[in-house]
Amino acid sequence: MTSRVRVEAQINGDPVEFLCEPYQSLLEVLRDVLGLTGTKEGCSNGNCGACNVLLDGVLVNSCLVLAPEVHGHEVTTIEGIAGSDGLHPLQQAFLDHAALQCGICTPGFIVAARALLDRTPHPTEQQVRHWLAGNLCRCTGYDKIVRAVLAAADMMETAR
Amino acid sequence: MQAFDYVRAASVEDAVARLAASGGQAYVLSGGTDLIVQLREGRRSARVVVDVKGLPEFGDLSYDPDMGLLIGAATPCWRIAADAAIASAFPGLVEAISLIGGVQIQGRASIGGNLCNASPAADSIPALIVHAAVCEIAGPSGRRSLPVEEFCIAPGRTALQPGELLVRVFVPPPAQHSGAAYLRFIPRNEMDIAVVGAGAAVTLDSHGERFVAARIALGAVAPTPLYVAEAGAALAGQPVSPDAIAEAARLAREAARPIDDLRGTAAQRRHLSGVLVRRALERAVERARAR
Repeated sequence: MTSRVRVEAQINGDPVEFLCEPYQSLLEVLRDVLGLTGTKEGCSNGNCGACNVLLDGVLVNSCLVLAPEVHGHEVTTIEGIAGSDGLHPLQQAFLDHAALQCGICTPGFIVAARALLDRTPHPTEQQVRHWLAGNLCRCTGYDKIVRAVLAAADMMETAR
Repeated sequence: MQAFDYVRAASVEDAVARLAASGGQAYVLSGGTDLIVQLREGRRSARVVVDVKGLPEFGDLSYDPDMGLLIGAATPCWRIAADAAIASAFPGLVEAISLIGGVQIQGRASIGGNLCNASPAADSIPALIVHAAVCEIAGPSGRRSLPVEEFCIAPGRTALQPGELLVRVFVPPPAQHSGAAYLRFIPRNEMDIAVVGAGAAVTLDSHGERFVAARIALGAVAPTPLYVAEAGAALAGQPVSPDAIAEAARLAREAARPIDDLRGTAAQRRHLSGVLVRRALERAVERARAR
């Protein structure tokens, strides 16, 4: 018999406390325990990037993190990307460029792209494509996603 | 997902005690990019996973030109690749590490995990072998060291004894006039598992014209990553020439013991072993001359 684990973490800037099974993934807890359903389950084996979140600012697949591992750490999900004044430029650019169709992969792409722009505010197209190689999209053919990320980088530059 | 307990190791001794008491039912958790998938798919079964990421030694990353490179077993790949001094001193190692998965995997995956998962196709292991890396292992009777080429003993199996765990990997400082490279063949540009991988490290004389020493290793052509000592030994003392490099490549091709599987045929892998070793040697020589 395993016993449930109490976890305290910062999620999207707020202190959060939850109970989980020791073998539950961060993805399951975000969606099923905390009701943060923006993070999507795709493959659940680390191939598709749909469940991407930031763990202490580092991009990870939340399906490959055990929920107890985030005790004492900071998690940012898609719900924490928009500011209090509206959509994040990446979110606006995805809308403007029609960079989504079914939308399941979109939160993962936006969280991944946010991690890229945090580190590389002016990426080249090649850098965007390389960075997003761990995110799969079966609808768009990727091109509109890449254009949206480049456009968001430009919007953020103009706003600075 | 199967049910198991999660514990954070309080110390190396605590981790050893938990592993020793588990009867083989405990796994060490670092980045989890292999382990969590295998537990979820039932390919390994655990009663408990022991998270070692909180232990200071496991997150070590230090490089000193005189002392060498020390990598904690749980240090994520992105930290190693992001260190400019390490990338400049060990370009062959960093190019191998950087091939492991996408950014999301790099954020968690570790060299210790790549070693302990013991895949014949692991990218970091041939690169560690050509750099003569040494594993630091903790166990019930204390610490011991093991050359990295002796760490993997079969697909998915390591030389770790009950109660033992990999703590750190030590890479000696690169010699003067030395260079290394790692190349792998995959049928696409990114995000795949090696059909064949090849690492080479060379030390040249001060004119850059003669091999003083060389080490060569292959991945995905045998049950474990393969150290081809005879191919490196054949280069020692030889002038740097296409003939000498071709002979080392031939020896590597002969040492390969590949199988047919969904990624490639044995014949293709044998051929690739020679081609990749030749190219890795050429790149290593270029780097040695530029240093």
